[in-house]
Amino acid sequence: MSNIPTHLKYTESHEWVNADEDGNALIGITDHAQEALGDLVFVELPAVGDEISQGDPVAVVESVKAASDIFTPVSGRIIAVNEDLDADPAIINADPYNDGWLFEIELIDSEELDGLKDAEAYEETLED
Amino acid sequence: MSQHTPLYSAHVAAGARMVDFGGWEMPINYGSQIEEHNKVRKGAGMFDVSHMTVVDINGAQARIFLSYLLANDVAKLKTPGRAFYSCMLNEEGGVIDDLITYFLDETFFRVVVNAATHDKDMAWINSQARAFDVKVNERPELAMIAVQGPEARQTVLSLLPESDAELAAGIKPFGAGQFGDLFIARTGYTGEDGFEISLSAGAATRLWDQLLAAGVMPCGLGARDTLRLEAGMNLYGQDMDESVTPLESGLGWTVVLNDERAFVGKDALLKQKERGVEQKLVGLVLQDRGVLRPGQRVVTGAGEGVTTSGSFSPTLQKAIAFARVPKDATQTCQVDIRGKLLNCSIVRPPFARNGTVCEGII
Repeated sequence: MSNIPTHLKYTESHEWVNADEDGNALIGITDHAQEALGDLVFVELPAVGDEISQGDPVAVVESVKAASDIFTPVSGRIIAVNEDLDADPAIINADPYNDGWLFEIELIDSEELDGLKDAEAYEETLED
Repeated sequence: MSQHTPLYSAHVAAGARMVDFGGWEMPINYGSQIEEHNKVRKGAGMFDVSHMTVVDINGAQARIFLSYLLANDVAKLKTPGRAFYSCMLNEEGGVIDDLITYFLDETFFRVVVNAATHDKDMAWINSQARAFDVKVNERPELAMIAVQGPEARQTVLSLLPESDAELAAGIKPFGAGQFGDLFIARTGYTGEDGFEISLSAGAATRLWDQLLAAGVMPCGLGARDTLRLEAGMNLYGQDMDESVTPLESGLGWTVVLNDERAFVGKDALLKQKERGVEQKLVGLVLQDRGVLRPGQRVVTGAGEGVTTSGSFSPTLQKAIAFARVPKDATQTCQVDIRGKLLNCSIVRPPFARNGTVCEGII
């Protein structure tokens, strides 16, 4: 069974969101996603300062098998990207929820978070 | 309905991620594809290739039949136990499939064709065989295990009875022999030394377990694909099919045109050669960051082409591809990845074999 931490929010397209109290959020892909993709070998991240809207394809992760678009679960401005992934994308395989984060967003509308899935609802989508 | 090989339960027990491949439920990996890939380059890995189609050609005209059926010349197989690679063409010179042929005796040749093309291959072989005194005997009861890597042969030999081991140790590259239940061939699809072993279902599960206990790593179709790509070996249906000839697919070396022998597709190839072969299959190494994939647009100084296979190469630590490009394309090109033109060098495959990157590739 894949690991689904209960303190995060999720999308059906297997991104996670970790929002803090200052209105910023880290985004990454779930354990299920990294396992399905297999060994990751390349990550294309957005630029710091980019303004992005919920649902936009803003990053790409590529495994030996395939390329997969990452859709931002929330709208806002990119304030940081995980530059360690350039040299070692496999960090995502090893630690998808912590060291394997992709980018950080300054949220425009924190109410968007309410529309995302909690761990239980995300787990249900995996069972379908 | 998905078919299962005799090793299906062993794959599931080993935690394999299973996928459909040509109607067969096969392991894509058992965890990390890159780890599996590297194990074959540096140690020993094993692949369940029982889905592949084994066809025995028996009869007085076996050699004459294959001489007509195949683009490579079966006359090259002079000693029993020798094998070669060939394309099987249609009348237009298009590739119906690629295959390995083993010469066992004058009335017995064995052909191994792809699983995904099973139905059309069998229909074609059977229809062509009608004019010859041969029997086409498919051997679906045979399983097949490929054991590949620098340590592969030694590990297999250590598991054989002593008398067999001594003889099997003498099998040369592209040689084969029958040892009790086991048909052992020194062939493969990885660019490493090793054996491909055809055997009964029961013997296959026993051998798989013995190899596992001896430290051979189970490897899936994912690693098989990156290994063959690095080794410069075409994948049927991706790098060539019925719409192209071997001359446009980097396989001119497997076609014997300069003698009296008639074979299916020969006239079409001769005509194409006379007109001029306009495209060629080359290797690409991506110099920018990214991953090459099949079906990407290639821009060269001589016109446009397309990638046919592409992936991240664990041995080069760069993206590599095969691409079909205009014949005059040389040295460098650009590949369109999500709308960006990224720089590649044009090289002559193989990219990597026998554990290391080949000369002149990077």
